Amino acid sequence: MTMLTAPGAAPDASPDERLTRTHPMVRLLRRPEIGALVAALAIFGYFSVATTSFLSTAGVATWLYSASLFGIMAVAVAMLMIGGEFDLSAGAMTGTTGLLVGAFTTQWGMNLWFAMLLALLIALAVGAFNGFLVVKTAIPSFIVTLGTFFILQGLNLAGTKLVTGQVAIQGMTLVPGFDAGKAIFGSTIPVFGVNLKVSVFWWLGITAVASWLLLRTRYGNWIFAIGGQLQSAVQTGVPVKRTRIGLFMGTAAAGWLVGMLSLFDVATVQATTGIGQEFIYIICAVVGGCLLTGGYGSAIGAALGALIYGMILQGIVFAQWDNNWLKAFLGGMLLLAVLVNLSVRRQAGVRA
Amino acid sequence: MSAAGATRPTPILEVRGIGKVYGSVIALSDISTSVGAGEVLCVLGDNGAGKSTLLKVLAGVYPHSSGELLLDGAAVRFTGPRLALDAGIATVYQDLAIVPLMPVWRNFFLGAELSAGIGPFSRLKVAEMRAITLAQLGRMGIDLRDVDQPIGTLSGGERQSVAIARAIYFGARVVILDEPTSALGVKQAGVVLRYVAQARDHGLGVVFVTHNPHHAYPVGDRFLVLNRGASLGEFDRKGITIDELTRLMAGGAELESLARELERD
Repeated sequence: MTMLTAPGAAPDASPDERLTRTHPMVRLLRRPEIGALVAALAIFGYFSVATTSFLSTAGVATWLYSASLFGIMAVAVAMLMIGGEFDLSAGAMTGTTGLLVGAFTTQWGMNLWFAMLLALLIALAVGAFNGFLVVKTAIPSFIVTLGTFFILQGLNLAGTKLVTGQVAIQGMTLVPGFDAGKAIFGSTIPVFGVNLKVSVFWWLGITAVASWLLLRTRYGNWIFAIGGQLQSAVQTGVPVKRTRIGLFMGTAAAGWLVGMLSLFDVATVQATTGIGQEFIYIICAVVGGCLLTGGYGSAIGAALGALIYGMILQGIVFAQWDNNWLKAFLGGMLLLAVLVNLSVRRQAGVRA
Repeated sequence: MSAAGATRPTPILEVRGIGKVYGSVIALSDISTSVGAGEVLCVLGDNGAGKSTLLKVLAGVYPHSSGELLLDGAAVRFTGPRLALDAGIATVYQDLAIVPLMPVWRNFFLGAELSAGIGPFSRLKVAEMRAITLAQLGRMGIDLRDVDQPIGTLSGGERQSVAIARAIYFGARVVILDEPTSALGVKQAGVVLRYVAQARDHGLGVVFVTHNPHHAYPVGDRFLVLNRGASLGEFDRKGITIDELTRLMAGGAELESLARELERD
């Protein structure tokens, strides 16, 4: 049956004439985060030249701190989006966890570490609830987490008022163990003369772990598969439900971490913390190359998206522009990123 | 008419008088056929002939209602697809169970990734999986430049072939192909047929479900023709010509009367 053997018995000797050789540069350009990298460099260059304080040590510390808090959330949200889902409750969760720890310790005298653990467990439970509802009912996560978002928002405001009579929780510095907590979540570490907040290192660490998870573990494979083609993931025996619920728990856990980072930074928590930020996380992820339809994206890209957001947020202040330009800029960038992602996907030649 | 000669070794998978009833609908009745190592059994029939039902019984999606299903000569009853898979019977469905945006090698190992290390710290053996994918596809005569390209960039025939190669690598002894050529052009269909022949030459049993006799005839060893849930007979290649096969499938007489009806006076 030699006549049935496929042509090309000598592989690599004669490259397929239908394929142009993939240049390493083209390969680089196909990475999902490349657009965000170029944009980040451009924005960095612009504000460095246009303002005097952007490149000062205090300036760098400021925009890196902003970027870090958004970045941790954006990375978790990006993983969830690669898995094909959204989490609109992620922003409110950063407030809820901080408020819980604040209320537990200042109002009821609970041990700080126990309060933090309890807040983490509650956050994970909310994440699992989101995931469970999405997996069991097939209701779009956009709707499920919109519900959770409003529930958390209401609880944050009403609960805080009920417990403290105010719309913020204060007096965290008097809680025993606060200094130790601040060392982990609220300290500053000088690097080359720049006093970096510890959250920047958390951000880098989370990005590295997320990248490793996505690209070098089977969980990453499953996440891409679930977001890319759910039915295929089911058919190949991927533990789909477990993975999806885990992703929602991941964004909730990230919400807890950011809640702790802000709590120990300023020792007060506003009841409105995090509200309205859920879409910024999604925008950062999209700017970083995540497809809104799932199945494609990167953690490093999302981190770069957050870096861009942090630089613009503070850069506009340094340049003394009207702050409202930020929103317009953000919207424009989102649309641009979506268009770029779309064309990248087309260029990859993917026939859906 | 029957090809099941006395000299044939025990087939891997055999059905004897098998039937399937859904409620009051008889979807399949009294079908007997078999497939052995290195054989291609083509299951032919028009839409609604019962091809899919037979495929699902063989794949373990539905248990059969009557008759016998034999695996290596012993009667079995598949109560789920996992049991059929564990017995080495892999089914490649039309949607191929692939994720278009993921690289070829990640698709190849999806759900069965090779990893080293314990628990949450286990990491993928990326280099090994790339090498295995390349080697396995090469064995099937699929020469890919780059196993890192998204599988969605491959042609329809190549994708089908990757899915077949995957089924073979993960221990299939019998591969059931569900209409693998139906959505493909002439050339791409030829590519897939070539891989079907490759699989056969590697000693696999192939069940090739199709409604196209022109695709079935060149690779098939035997042809089971179904109509309205019943068998119109099983033929070996020497026993039937492609024209006879086509006529039989199209309901022979029906087609002739249609031709007369459409003829101008």
